Amino acid sequence: MHPAKSVILFTTLSGLGFGMLFWLGLGRPDVSGWVAFVFFALAFALACGGLMASTFHLGHPERAWKAFTQWRSSWLSREAWAAVLALVVMGLYATAVIFMDQRIAWLGVLGSALSLVTVFTTSMIYTQLKTVPRWNHWLTPPHFLAYALAGGALMAGQVTWAIALLALAAAIQIALWRLGDEALSASGTTLATATGLGPAPRAFEPPHTGSNYLTREMVFVVGRKHAAKLRVIAAILAFGVPILALALPFSHLLAAIAVLSHLTGVLVARWLFFAQAEHVVGLYYGKRAA
Amino acid sequence: MTTLPETTERKLGLVIDLDTCVGCHACVIACKGWNDQGYGAPLSDQDPYGAAPSGTFLNRVHSYEVQPETGPAQLVHFPKSCLHCDDAPCVTVCPTGASYKRVEDGIVLVNESDCIGCGLCAWACPYGAREMDAAEGVMKKCTLCVDRIYNNNLPVEDREPACVRTCPAGARHFGDLADPDSDVSKLVADRGGMDLMPEQGTAPVNKYLPPRPKDQIEDQVDILAPLLAPVAEDPKGFLGWLDRTLEKF
Repeated sequence: MHPAKSVILFTTLSGLGFGMLFWLGLGRPDVSGWVAFVFFALAFALACGGLMASTFHLGHPERAWKAFTQWRSSWLSREAWAAVLALVVMGLYATAVIFMDQRIAWLGVLGSALSLVTVFTTSMIYTQLKTVPRWNHWLTPPHFLAYALAGGALMAGQVTWAIALLALAAAIQIALWRLGDEALSASGTTLATATGLGPAPRAFEPPHTGSNYLTREMVFVVGRKHAAKLRVIAAILAFGVPILALALPFSHLLAAIAVLSHLTGVLVARWLFFAQAEHVVGLYYGKRAA
Repeated sequence: MTTLPETTERKLGLVIDLDTCVGCHACVIACKGWNDQGYGAPLSDQDPYGAAPSGTFLNRVHSYEVQPETGPAQLVHFPKSCLHCDDAPCVTVCPTGASYKRVEDGIVLVNESDCIGCGLCAWACPYGAREMDAAEGVMKKCTLCVDRIYNNNLPVEDREPACVRTCPAGARHFGDLADPDSDVSKLVADRGGMDLMPEQGTAPVNKYLPPRPKDQIEDQVDILAPLLAPVAEDPKGFLGWLDRTLEKF
């Protein structure tokens, strides 16, 4: 799949933002006043910034409001609802914490739950696609949730939780990379099933000599050459460095390094999430090894 | 509404004969031509006369090489457009309700004024049947020429999809696949019509007829061959002398 900047930024920033809101809703850290303002502002900036980025890839962003109508069938529509509900509930909760120095516990817990639901709905947009076997896996939702919870804990300064969750997210990520590499062949979809032309047809000639929307969006995969190296880089930056930085005695510099390293690592991992995903339509173009 | 109907009254669709298709791409051109002036936003081209031309097409013809167990390799031309699936994954993922499947005839359509151009439906389609128009920013797909098949202003023989109407080889057939007595249903039954990617669970309406087995070339090439066999096993006269002389060297 084409790794669009807007979607990579969206899943990375919003995941981090909603993960942070999850911890803030639980009163971790238990802050108030200006300190709380800074924490909430950062979380909202990440969550909303990501959501804004996601509208950049739309052909008609001015009609985005229509995406609220199909929650009965569409995970993308459910995501829109979950995101708005989570932001509204957490907004009310944050207002009470910052300006009235009052922690309305049930509201916070509700906001935390909605934040997680938002991340879950995002993950289901990818998980539901049978056409992309690498994503169509039960580990994809845990993968997104673990990233959000771990990143959120890191941002919210929950050191013990952050270390444990970063380790968990790393384990899930490595498992998903391993299993994902087998997913297309395990799916049973091949050029043979795609065409019905016997056991081993061969793509002889594409429909056009040039590229088209399908080949650009779903068939060609850029930079796969360095995928193995990028996986190592992503794992070290997203998990290795932050865990090490958190394990050392606390300092603001180390915390900043942990956060920046994690953010960069997640961006690389998300780039790989899209760039390595094989859409089955590539079979028609003879672009998927059997 | 992007939930799928339980059943549709009819299942209008195409039957594509892979045995007959000659790969001329006339259906591609007829489709592009009709859908430049018919339903919805016209199919645009980018840089059409430049170095890297690209455009929106609702129908594309691939070509595949098949090696049978015996005999020479075969080239199979493979037109591909929307299969108007009964269980269309492109419809249910749509967040705005722009994509829908019609109850009355099963055609899958996009209401372009509701489409936000998110592209998720194209991701959900295993066949590559949907293409985002780069000029309009909305999703385009085969409409089964919904503006031809019910168009009373057209002569009766033109009330079928442009690709079917234009096919010079008669490789494309249009009809109701829910009616077991329709011509297309009979064709599917007779020729073993098949689904593409059945394991994806999309239950496509369009069917593909597999290529027929080819005739085998027999040992005897020509019925006159026995008469043409050389008769003079033992040359006589001048040729005989030449033959005997040359043998001596």
